[in-house]
Amino acid sequence: MIRLTEREIDTSRVLRDAKSPEAGAVVLFLGAARRITGGKVTEALEYECYPEMAEKKLAELEDEARGKWALQECVIVHRLGRLEIGEVSVAIAVSSAHRQGAFDAGRWLIDRIKEVVPIWKRECWADGTEEWVHPGLDTNRTSGGEPAP
Amino acid sequence: MKIRLRLFAVAKQAAGSDTIELELPDGANIGRLRQALVEQVPKLSGMVDRMMFAMDAEYATDETEVQPNADVACIPPVSGG
Repeated sequence: MIRLTEREIDTSRVLRDAKSPEAGAVVLFLGAARRITGGKVTEALEYECYPEMAEKKLAELEDEARGKWALQECVIVHRLGRLEIGEVSVAIAVSSAHRQGAFDAGRWLIDRIKEVVPIWKRECWADGTEEWVHPGLDTNRTSGGEPAP
Repeated sequence: MKIRLRLFAVAKQAAGSDTIELELPDGANIGRLRQALVEQVPKLSGMVDRMMFAMDAEYATDETEVQPNADVACIPPVSGG
């Protein structure tokens, strides 16, 4: 199950949706808006996406993960719009009979999301400047977020 | 042929619009579109080589032929998550 939302992500619901009587393991990953990036202070993050393609790519990643691991449930929710520090930008919950599959699938999903899903964030720095984050793009004098894998 | 190109993030910022129209020769491929984009939005020179393009919500290569009525989009390096 995948979802894009402008509203705060209900992480309890994501976790609940991932539970299953057949699952002995449930792994929840949350990405959150971080205060400090490369020594600079972030005031807020703004996310935008190419909706049709983002939904399609997320659904493909879910299918691919289900093909690689025997998952009971797979829930991916990505937030859009403006996020204050500490707010959850992405929630991924996967469940499987044993922990290995759930851990591996969760890790793989967040890594792939950062590579192929057309969603972008903009750093709204505390100094009032704003900057789109595009890993590997030369015009980024200050890189934001985690380095690309 | 006229192509309507959707722009996001830094590409949208550079163009000052979320879509632009590009005039391309019939049968042009994505590589040609890439060139036309930077001609129309010179601010994107130096960046356009690192951008991906999509046709009908699927990643395309420079060899992909641009279909006149397709949903064509410029996809700068993504930063979701």
